[in-house]
Amino acid sequence: MSTVNSGFKVLQPGILSLLQDAGRFGQHAIGLTTGGPLDKSSFESANRLCGNPVNSCAIEASVGGLSLEAQADTQIALTGGDAVLSINKKPVASWQTHTIKAGDRIELGFAQHNTRHYLAVKDGFKVAEMFGSASTVAREKLGGLDGSALKAGDIIPYQTQNTAALPQFSLDASNRPDYSGDVLLRVVLGYQKDHFSSLQQRRFFTSEFTLDDRCDRMGFRTTGPEIKADIDGILSEGICFGAIQIPPDGQPIVLLNDRQTIGGYPKIGSVLSLDIPALTQRLPGTKVRFEAITIDEAQRQLHLARFREQHMRLIQLD
Amino acid sequence: MRIEVAGENSLIIYFGDTTVPEISEQVQRASKALAEALGDRIIDQVTSYASLLLIFDPLRCDQLDIRAVIRRTLQSTTATQTDQTDASVQQSTSNCVELPVYYSEESGPELTLISKNSGLSIDEIIALHQSLTYRVYAIGFAPGFAFLGQVDERIATPRLSTPRLKVPRGAIGIADRQTAIYPDVSPGGWNLIGLCPTRMFDPQATPTMPVSVGDEVRFKAISREEFFSLGGEIGVLS
Repeated sequence: MSTVNSGFKVLQPGILSLLQDAGRFGQHAIGLTTGGPLDKSSFESANRLCGNPVNSCAIEASVGGLSLEAQADTQIALTGGDAVLSINKKPVASWQTHTIKAGDRIELGFAQHNTRHYLAVKDGFKVAEMFGSASTVAREKLGGLDGSALKAGDIIPYQTQNTAALPQFSLDASNRPDYSGDVLLRVVLGYQKDHFSSLQQRRFFTSEFTLDDRCDRMGFRTTGPEIKADIDGILSEGICFGAIQIPPDGQPIVLLNDRQTIGGYPKIGSVLSLDIPALTQRLPGTKVRFEAITIDEAQRQLHLARFREQHMRLIQLD
Repeated sequence: MRIEVAGENSLIIYFGDTTVPEISEQVQRASKALAEALGDRIIDQVTSYASLLLIFDPLRCDQLDIRAVIRRTLQSTTATQTDQTDASVQQSTSNCVELPVYYSEESGPELTLISKNSGLSIDEIIALHQSLTYRVYAIGFAPGFAFLGQVDERIATPRLSTPRLKVPRGAIGIADRQTAIYPDVSPGGWNLIGLCPTRMFDPQATPTMPVSVGDEVRFKAISREEFFSLGGEIGVLS
């Protein structure tokens, strides 16, 4: 990594702004979780719009309120949530590349419906990796600039660019995700599924749940009819991304990027990763339903999504 | 052995449902053999008391192929194991780590509670905690948090009904028949009996942890003075 002595100065960090790359993998043996973007699809789009490898380090700004001052020329793109981006007080479009000059003020308003925003910079933020990743997991004091969320006064380093030479892109509206309406989560049954009777499974897959206030990067809680396993707990075991834990209170929790790596509550299965962005973009009170799919169907969907990504065209702007 | 789907990218292998060294040993052997057999098809693994979670890249491999490799590999591992009846061969990979502990009411606020519940004196509780060699069954909850088992039944104590918001770094707790050291300040509901000055997780160190799953741990009482001379600090509880 070349030395970088310029960056964005954080004027206001907003509600919760975290540096994230794709995540920290291969470290479960020492108890580290993965971190990474809650809405991987929007995160990758932001990087594509800047011509970056899709795993490059970007800012995940939850809800909004982030305010930055640029110290050097570069390009940025904002994707994900619906807070309005402005450059020097002038509102600009999300899902497209913008040229930034030294001294420019970049501000993010507040989200109305979709809460996770991804601000990517040309070539990615130049942040030291810890255990193979720059992803911030505040609970573990790892990643980011100093193991915590962005704070006023932080400098987030990036490489100065000759912006005149860089092409600019936008993503066609038809290729942007739609995070409106109720959330439907496809579920691969697994783990302790046999400890949920057919009646309990039917109740789980036919009922409507509501997103609770207690939703964070570790997990999203839902409330609804009680779903009962025929056991209260199990010997603690490994938890995969998207696992649906159902504690004795019968209220399902979808475990996410910052989840603990092991736990002892029964799990009925796991949410298809492709459906996680639609969940994590939403506010408390949103209606959620679950639908069972087979693991073969899940794998087909993943391949199809990969194919679509690879064939997604950016529109070059003049 | 039973293989279940965990999610689109992971399978979980169950070797039993109890906390015993033999099953934990099986999990460890399987973890090593599968890491070798599957190579970079595996993204990560979580070994726990009686299960092994294997996380793979579903765009590069099919769960049916992974299942086939698991069956083939674990059958041959089991076969090799029965050939080697010498116990020393099976034990050869685990380390035994001795950790110093400053046991006292000052550093272990639940010693009095455990004494009241068990009818044992505080000195007896401290002696019993040191009397056994523990096994690292799992690492999780927080970076470097090692679940050790099992403590003498007489000092087994259920978790606090209201977890503390802040447990200091190095605090040693008991929850049922498990014992563990909090590697850093965190919330927690275990019954605290002492403080350990050894860093259990240091991101700058190599290795980052003094123990790994499958290792053995013994505790040795030290005085207040020794605790401070080893760099220990008495953190704040809340």
